[in-house]
Amino acid sequence: MRRILSLERAFSPWRRNGNWMPGPRLFTTAQPPPEKSHYGNLNDSDRIFTNLYGVHDPYLKGARRRGDWHRTKDLIHKGTDWIVEEIKKSGLRGRGGAGFPAGLKWSFMPKVSDGRPSYLVINADESEPGTCKDREIMRHDPHKLLEGCVIAGVGMRASAAYIYIRGEYVDERLSLEKARIEAYAAGLLGKNACGSGYDFDVHIHFGAGAYICGEETALLESLEGKQGKPRLKPPFPANTGLYGCPTTVTNVETVAVAPTILRRGPEWFAGFGRKNNSGTKLFCISGHVNKPCTVEEEMSISLKELLERHCGGVRGGWDNLLAVIPGGSSVALIPKSVCDDVLMDFDALKDVGSGLGTAAVIVMDKSTDIVDAIGRLAYFYKHESCGQCTPCREGTTWLWMMMERMKVGNAKLEEVDMLYELTKQIEGHTICALGDAAAWPVQGLIRHFRPELERRIKENADRELRCAGN
Amino acid sequence: MGLGSLASRALRSSSSSRVLSSNPRYNLIRTIVSTPELHKPEAAAESASEPDLPKRTPVAGARVHFPNPDDVIEVFVDGYPVKIPKGMTVLQACSVAGVDIPRFCYHDRLSIAGNCRMCLVEVEKSPKPVASCAMPALPGMKIKTDTPIAKKAREGVMEFLLMNHPLDCPICDQGGECDLQDQSMAFGSDRGRFTETKRSVVDKNLGPLVKTVMTRCIQCTRCVRFASEIAGVQDLGMLGRGSGEEIGTYVEKLMTSELSGNVIDICPVGALTSKPFAFKARNWELKGTETIDVTDAVGSNIRIDSRGPEVMRIVPRLNEDINEEWISDKTRFCYDGLKRQRLSDPMIRGPDGQFKPVSWRDALAVVAEVIHQVKPEEIVGVAGKLSDAESMMSLKDFLNRIGSNNIWCEGNGNNIDADLRSGYLMNTTISGLEKADCFLLIGTQPRVEAAMVNARIRKTVRATQAKVGYIGPPTDFNYSHDHLGTTPETLTAILENRHPFSATLSTAKHPAIIVGAGIFHRQDTSAILSLLHSLSAKFPNLVTPEWNGLNVLLLNAAQAAALDLGLVPESNTGMESAKFVYLMGADDTELDALPKDAFVVYQGHHGDKGVYRANVIFPSTVFSEKEGTYENTEGCVQQTVPAVPTVGDAREDWKIIRALSEVCGVRLPYDTITGVRSRIKNVAPNLLKVDEREPAVFSGLLKPEGNGKVSAAPFGVTVENFYMTDAITRASKIMAQCSSLLTKK
Repeated sequence: MRRILSLERAFSPWRRNGNWMPGPRLFTTAQPPPEKSHYGNLNDSDRIFTNLYGVHDPYLKGARRRGDWHRTKDLIHKGTDWIVEEIKKSGLRGRGGAGFPAGLKWSFMPKVSDGRPSYLVINADESEPGTCKDREIMRHDPHKLLEGCVIAGVGMRASAAYIYIRGEYVDERLSLEKARIEAYAAGLLGKNACGSGYDFDVHIHFGAGAYICGEETALLESLEGKQGKPRLKPPFPANTGLYGCPTTVTNVETVAVAPTILRRGPEWFAGFGRKNNSGTKLFCISGHVNKPCTVEEEMSISLKELLERHCGGVRGGWDNLLAVIPGGSSVALIPKSVCDDVLMDFDALKDVGSGLGTAAVIVMDKSTDIVDAIGRLAYFYKHESCGQCTPCREGTTWLWMMMERMKVGNAKLEEVDMLYELTKQIEGHTICALGDAAAWPVQGLIRHFRPELERRIKENADRELRCAGN
Repeated sequence: MGLGSLASRALRSSSSSRVLSSNPRYNLIRTIVSTPELHKPEAAAESASEPDLPKRTPVAGARVHFPNPDDVIEVFVDGYPVKIPKGMTVLQACSVAGVDIPRFCYHDRLSIAGNCRMCLVEVEKSPKPVASCAMPALPGMKIKTDTPIAKKAREGVMEFLLMNHPLDCPICDQGGECDLQDQSMAFGSDRGRFTETKRSVVDKNLGPLVKTVMTRCIQCTRCVRFASEIAGVQDLGMLGRGSGEEIGTYVEKLMTSELSGNVIDICPVGALTSKPFAFKARNWELKGTETIDVTDAVGSNIRIDSRGPEVMRIVPRLNEDINEEWISDKTRFCYDGLKRQRLSDPMIRGPDGQFKPVSWRDALAVVAEVIHQVKPEEIVGVAGKLSDAESMMSLKDFLNRIGSNNIWCEGNGNNIDADLRSGYLMNTTISGLEKADCFLLIGTQPRVEAAMVNARIRKTVRATQAKVGYIGPPTDFNYSHDHLGTTPETLTAILENRHPFSATLSTAKHPAIIVGAGIFHRQDTSAILSLLHSLSAKFPNLVTPEWNGLNVLLLNAAQAAALDLGLVPESNTGMESAKFVYLMGADDTELDALPKDAFVVYQGHHGDKGVYRANVIFPSTVFSEKEGTYENTEGCVQQTVPAVPTVGDAREDWKIIRALSEVCGVRLPYDTITGVRSRIKNVAPNLLKVDEREPAVFSGLLKPEGNGKVSAAPFGVTVENFYMTDAITRASKIMAQCSSLLTKK
C-alpha cells in the first residue's frame, strides 16, 4: 500500500516540470544507457497502471490525480504522425497475444480518407483462459483506456472508437460506462474532445460471451450484428473493416499504455526489457502459486523471478513445479527444465517453442494431471470453435476426443504421433488463429510429456491384458 | 469437377513426367522449369513459354478477357506463366493455367466463403498455404499447386471432411456425381484414421422438393449463399457453432423459393437431394438429352435424364444468355406430369358422351367429314401454349388451305399486332437486363411469370442498386422496388411528369420497361402500347441505337413463334360464330362463347381442360418426345430434342395435321420436318437460326393506329399459381404438392 501511495511522489517532479517534453529525452538519446543484463523488479515510479488493485478512486477525480487526461489536448495537437512515430520508437508490441508492433499497425490506416470514416475498435473481449489483465484496467483504471482511445484514435485518424466488452464482464462494463459518462460530461470525449477541436466518440458494446469474438474480424462481424465468424483476409481491416470502413482492432492494454508512453517518452518505455521486447507488461499469474495475482512488470523478467517475487513462489517450492503455460491457454506449455531460466518476453518464449501470448502464466505443480489439463483446453477449443472452416470445426473435436482417450491411456502408442500430425493438419490451415491456438497446447504436451502419454498407454494396455487374463 | 477430368489430369501428369525423364533433352528444360527462382524471372518466363513444354489447356475452356490492357498481370502457376486480368483470384489464375483446384465452398456465381479450405495452395513467400479461392492474384506471384505442402494440406482437409461424413455412398442419391466422392478419390488418403463416434444431425423438412440428409452436410454454406443471394429468400442459415453447426431454417419452415431446386445442384455432397428423384435411379444409368424447357417463355436450357422410356429427372444446362446455370422449380420438377393423364389413342365421343378409342384412320375420316360440312369462315384453330413452330405452321397452312384464317395462339389475345417483332419481344435480351440501371415493370409479376428473368433482374438490382418501379396488383418481389400504382393511370402520370418516377426514368442511362403479356388480354392493349410509344419519345435513353429498353415479357413458349408466323386472329368474334374448332393443345382457351352445336377437335397430349368439350381427340407428343422449334421471349430460337419415345399411338403434332390435310383432300406439300422448316423459311426465316437471337429489325414500337382510351381497370394477376400453368404442370403430382404447400394463400 505504501509503495503504491509513493507513486504520487514519484510522478510529481516530472509533473512539476513545465517543459516536460524534450528535457529528459535529449539526454537519453545522446547517451545510450549501458546494456542491461537483468530485467525485472520494476520500480513503482515506472508503473503505468497505478491503480491496478483498485485501492484508489477509479473514476475521473482519482484518475486525474494519477495523471490521466493531463494535457491530452497538447498530445493531440502534436499530430497524428508524431503519435505514430513515438509509439514506433517506443517499441510497443500489441498486448493482445500476437505481439505485432503497435506503431506499425496504426500506420497502416489510410492517410487520406476516401470519404469513409476510420474506426478504432478496442478488443476488450478478454476470454483467453488464464488472462485477467484487461478487466483490471477496465475496472480500476477505465480512464487510462478512454484516454488511450482518444490518443490512438487521433493516431489513426479515426472518428470513433468501439469498445467491445466480453459479455461476462459486468462490473467492468459498468465502471467503464460510468467513466465514459464522466468523460463526456467533462468534455474529454465527444465533440471537441479535450478542447482539441477533434471530434471523437467512444461507444461501448457488449459481447455475448463467445471466445471467437476476440478474433479481430469475428469481433467486427459481431459488432455489425452478425454471427461472430472470422472474415477472410485480405482485405485486412485497415482497408475494409467495421461497416466496410478502415478499422484497426487493438487490445485494451496496448491502447491504455499509449498516453503514458507519449508523456514519459518512448525512450523511457523502450528502456525496459530486451531489444524488440520493450516496455512493461501486465502479467496474470494463476494456478499453483501461493499468491496468484496480476502484476505489472518489466518485459524480459525471468519466469522464476516473476513467480517468486510476486506470487510467493510455486506451491510446495520451485522443485514442485511441473510445467507452466506462459501465455494464456493457446500457447504450448514449457516444462520445469525450461522454466528455470526462461525470460518472459516474445522472442525468448518463441525460441523455446512457446509464446508470450497475453502473458497469462498458468502454473502447474506436480499434483497436476497434465494430460487432463491439456485435454480440458482441447475441450475449450472444441466448444469455442465457430465451425466456419473445416480443419478447426472437425479437427478440434477430433483432438478433444483423442485427448479424452489419452487421459486414460486408451490408445495405441502410434496414436501419439498421429495426434501430433493432426495438430499439424489444423495449424496454419484455418481462416483465423483459433485453429493454431487449439493445436499448440497439444503439440506442447506431446513435445514435452511424451513419456507420460506413453506410460499411460502402456499401463492401460497392461490393465486390459490382466482383465482379459482373469 | 468430374472424376473423369481428375483422372485424366493425373494420367496426363504422370505420362508427361515419364516422357520428360526418359528424354535427356527434356531433362534439361525440366530443370529450368522446376527451378525458375534460380534464374531471372524473365528468363524463366521465356523458357517456360517454349513450345515443347507439355501444354496445359485451361480448365473447362476457361478464357480470359482483358477489359483494360493495362490491368494485365503475370503470375506463375507451377512455373508456367499466365497472363490474367487484375482482380482475379489465385484459383481463377490456376484454372486459366490449366490446373483444376479442388473446391467445395467456392462457386462461380456465389460470394466467396473460403471456409472449406480444400483449395489451399502454396504461394512462395507466404508462411502458410493460402485459400486460393479468396486470395487475389498479385503480379509475379509464384503459385505452387503440386508441392508436398499443398498436397498435405488438401489431404488433411479431406480427412477432416470425411471425419463426420457418413459412409453411406451406396444409398446416397448423390453417389456418382458427388464432389466429395470424386475429390476424395483424387486427393484423399487411402485409409481413414478416425475411430471415434461420428456426429449425426437431424434432417430438416424443406418442403416437397428438397430432401435433406443433414448428417452428410459438410457446412460449405453454398445453399445458404444461394438462397440469400440468388433466390433472394432468407430461408436458410447456419445454426450453432463448432461441430454442432447445422444448416437450417431457424424455425421449422419450408423453403419458399421458386428456385429452391437449384440447391440440389450446388450441394457438393448428398445433403440436399431431389425428393421426387429419391431412390429412383443412379445417375450412371441415365441417358442425358440436351434440350430446352417449354413451361414458360424463357426457354431455359435443360438436360432430360431418362432411363428407357421414362423421364427420370430434369437438370439445368449452362446458358449464360438465358438461364445461366439455374432453372425454376417448375421446370425441374414438372416431369412427373409427362407420365400422367396422357392421351394415348385417338378417341371419338360417342352419343352417350363417353370417349371411345378408335383407329387413326377412323378419327381422321370423321373430322374430315365434319370439315367438309362447315363453311370455311366458321372454322377456328387455336394453338396451345406449348406448341412448337412446326405444328403451328402446319395448322395455319392447313386452315388457310380449307379457306379459313381464324387461327391464333393462346395467350396472345384478340387484338395483338404482330407486324413488328420489337412489339412483342424482350428487346433488351435477358442477359442485357444486367446493363439496365432502372426498371419499370408494368402489369407483370416476373417472379411467377418468368422466374429466370426475375433472377436476372434481382442479380442486376443486387449488383448495381438499380431502381425498380412496379405498376400492378400487390405481389411478391425478392428485391427492393417501388410500388407505383395498380392502374394504367400511373403510366399516364409518369408520361406527363406528374410522378416522381419520371425523374428516375429520365436520369437513367439504360432504363428498361417490361410489359407483361397479360396486357394482351385487356381491351385497351393498343392504348397502353401507344402510351409506351409516347414514353420512348419522352425518355430518349429508352431506345437508342445501342439500347432498346422496351420489352414485352411473354408468358408461354409458343407465343413468340406464333406471332412470327402470323398466327393472328382475323376477327374478335371468331369463337362466337364458330362451327368447327381445332384445339391444338389449347387448354386455357375460353370456350363458353362457343355455340353448343360446334364440333371441337382436341389434339393434345394430356387429358386436360380442352378435352371436356372435345368431340374427337388426337393424341400428340410432349416436348420431351419430339423435335420442335421454339422461340423464347427474347427472340432466341431453340429446338427440343426427343429424349424418350412417345406414349401409345400418339404422333407429333405436325404429322397429325399433315395426315388430316390429306384425308381432307388439301394435302400439305411437306412430308418431313425438314419440309415443314423450309416452309417456315418463307414465312419467318429467323426461326431456322437455331440457338441464335435475331434482333428485331426496327427498334421501338410502332404507334398503334387504334388509339383508344386507356381504361381505368387495374392490371390483373396473370399467373395465379406459379406451379400450375399448363397441361403438363397441371398433371404433375409434385406440382400439386407444391401448390398446396408453398403457394401463399
